[in-house]
Amino acid sequence: MLELFINSILSNNIALTLILGMCPLIAISTNVKNARGMGIAVILVVTITAVINYPIFQLLKMTGTEDVSLLVFIITIAATVQILELLLEKYIPSLYSAFGIYLPLITVNCVVLAVSQFFVNRDYTYGQTTVFALGSSIGWLLAIVLVASIREKLAVYGNLPKGLKGKAIVFMILGILALAFAGFSGLSL
Amino acid sequence: MNLIRIKYTKWFNIFKSGIKTNNPIFVAALGLCSALAVSNTVENAIAMGLGVTFVTMVSSMFVSMFRNYIPSKLRIVTYMVIISTFTIFVQKFLQAYFPDIYSSLGAYVGLIITNCIVMGRAEAFAVKNPYRYSLIDGFASGMGYTFVLVFVALIREPLAFGTILGYQVMPAGFTLWASMAIAPGGFFILGIMIWILRTWAKSYEQEV
Repeated sequence: MLELFINSILSNNIALTLILGMCPLIAISTNVKNARGMGIAVILVVTITAVINYPIFQLLKMTGTEDVSLLVFIITIAATVQILELLLEKYIPSLYSAFGIYLPLITVNCVVLAVSQFFVNRDYTYGQTTVFALGSSIGWLLAIVLVASIREKLAVYGNLPKGLKGKAIVFMILGILALAFAGFSGLSL
Repeated sequence: MNLIRIKYTKWFNIFKSGIKTNNPIFVAALGLCSALAVSNTVENAIAMGLGVTFVTMVSSMFVSMFRNYIPSKLRIVTYMVIISTFTIFVQKFLQAYFPDIYSSLGAYVGLIITNCIVMGRAEAFAVKNPYRYSLIDGFASGMGYTFVLVFVALIREPLAFGTILGYQVMPAGFTLWASMAIAPGGFFILGIMIWILRTWAKSYEQEV
């Protein structure tokens, strides 16, 4: 359990090793504050949807209809995000306004769907699924905050060639970070 | 499909903008996860590109056909259902006929659903246009995506494995670059490509 948790944060980092959730990572990493907000919202949604999707998948498997699991997962995710938004708005409005636009955007963050796919492909138990979901999303938060803090400094002190500004330099940053994270698992072919 | 009735210039322009001026990956930075993850071999890149093209095309067409019946508040969920139906098609097709490619693409096939290109075209183009144009627009966006994927793969595969589509192209003494086969290779190649393209097209981006 513990090794699965640490693996999913570091050596199998979902953003830097498996390359998932790139669109929001690039779009929302211009400053650390927003990056952290997005990251925390992702942790919440990924963990909740994995916990909900696991029993649903077992149910589908029992009835022999696991072929449509993708369709069911995506509906669960959209519904969870919607319900979470309503609940937060009603009961914890301060948190709701802090999350702002990030919450609805999570529906199209592929980390959420990927985690649900991985527990199917890897035959995880319920406990493993929960730990894996939590670890992966913490890893994603780590990655987006790292990128955002580098970008924040670069925007002030960096003197980049014009063509490299914007997305190109984000890819370079991500590449260097990914190389560093590859060190956790070693390079092999 | 009554393509003849569409004026040549119109569909040609839609097609051109999808591939060149509005290329989803370079210009809009959409659909990156799968682009980076599966572009380490040319074979995977082609399979993924065609899969995305098919899903974008067909789901754009369906969204456009039903655009007058979809309530605007429920539209995102409706798109999701349409897109995931066709993604399951692609998944089952690959599983049945190309099991090798299916196993090497793994979870990324299912992730076509959350590929922003598909959703983006549905929301930006298909809801406002007739289904014939939407079909072409989906095809063009998908092909723009495929071109980039194959191009990146053409650089990565020789460096990482010494081959293109399984044929040896690098001299025997070449030391394979392990980092090209995994995530960093994709990031660096795409970053350098965007840099070159922007310098060449002189379309710079202002850092916010």
